[in-house]
Amino acid sequence: MALLLALLSGTLFGAGLVISGMADPMRVRAFLDLFGAWDPTLAFVMAGAILPMALAWRVQRRLERPFADSRFSLPETRRLDGKLAFGAILFGIGWGLGGLCPGPAIAGLALAPASAAPFVLAMLAGMALHRFTTR
Amino acid sequence: MIAASLPDAQPVAGLIGGAMIGVAAAIMLLGLGRIAGVSGLAARAAGIARTGAPRGIALAFILGLPLGALLVASVTGGIRVSFPATGVLIVAGLIVGIGTSLGSGCTSGHGVCGLSRLSRRSLVATLLFMASGFVTVAAMRATGWL
Repeated sequence: MALLLALLSGTLFGAGLVISGMADPMRVRAFLDLFGAWDPTLAFVMAGAILPMALAWRVQRRLERPFADSRFSLPETRRLDGKLAFGAILFGIGWGLGGLCPGPAIAGLALAPASAAPFVLAMLAGMALHRFTTR
Repeated sequence: MIAASLPDAQPVAGLIGGAMIGVAAAIMLLGLGRIAGVSGLAARAAGIARTGAPRGIALAFILGLPLGALLVASVTGGIRVSFPATGVLIVAGLIVGIGTSLGSGCTSGHGVCGLSRLSRRSLVATLLFMASGFVTVAAMRATGWL
């Protein structure tokens, strides 16, 4: 049940990325391109995604546990630190450079594997590099 | 070159696709009690992260992403996407990997899940990666790359 829900969620997520146009790196980069032919579509995608999730958080507060697990496993860190800030800034640089964030890149493996695969592999290498150099 | 092939804004498709992403994240939250953060789940699926969702859950979610893309592409008869050159993709991927690992999330975890939870950390992260994305592309334009 849990595995099926995760697969369903990922599939719906990937389908939503393609329908919203966010699977196209050039459209994402066009959102970030304030001094070019700016394309606001990504803002609509964020709004469309945040609305159902805001409702879901309201429901979550009334639940003892999720439907297919024994407890909620949610991030509880509240501290703002340099790691968060520096990481987010770095991520933004890569995002602007390639027009890709992790979701569209992995979904892109089905659309343009020859382009998406090098990005995904480099991304995983970057993650591993960070994990293994800190501790 | 890129400006000439720029697609027009698609607010309706954006809202519909966005709502699908939001519902997908809601399934993770209410069904499995977890954040649908792609960077964290990808790291977990690849066996890089020590903590996080059970590996099977992470793998199932991550496999779903290209599956969903494939489904839409086959129903609509193909999706046109244009990627930058491979060298750029490798550098960008490396930076995205280090950044999301260091900053504990990306557009989905901080942007969609965190903002809707009114998380202060996610708000700060989202404002910073948006700002840095804007500056990066502006710099690319200023140096004649775009």
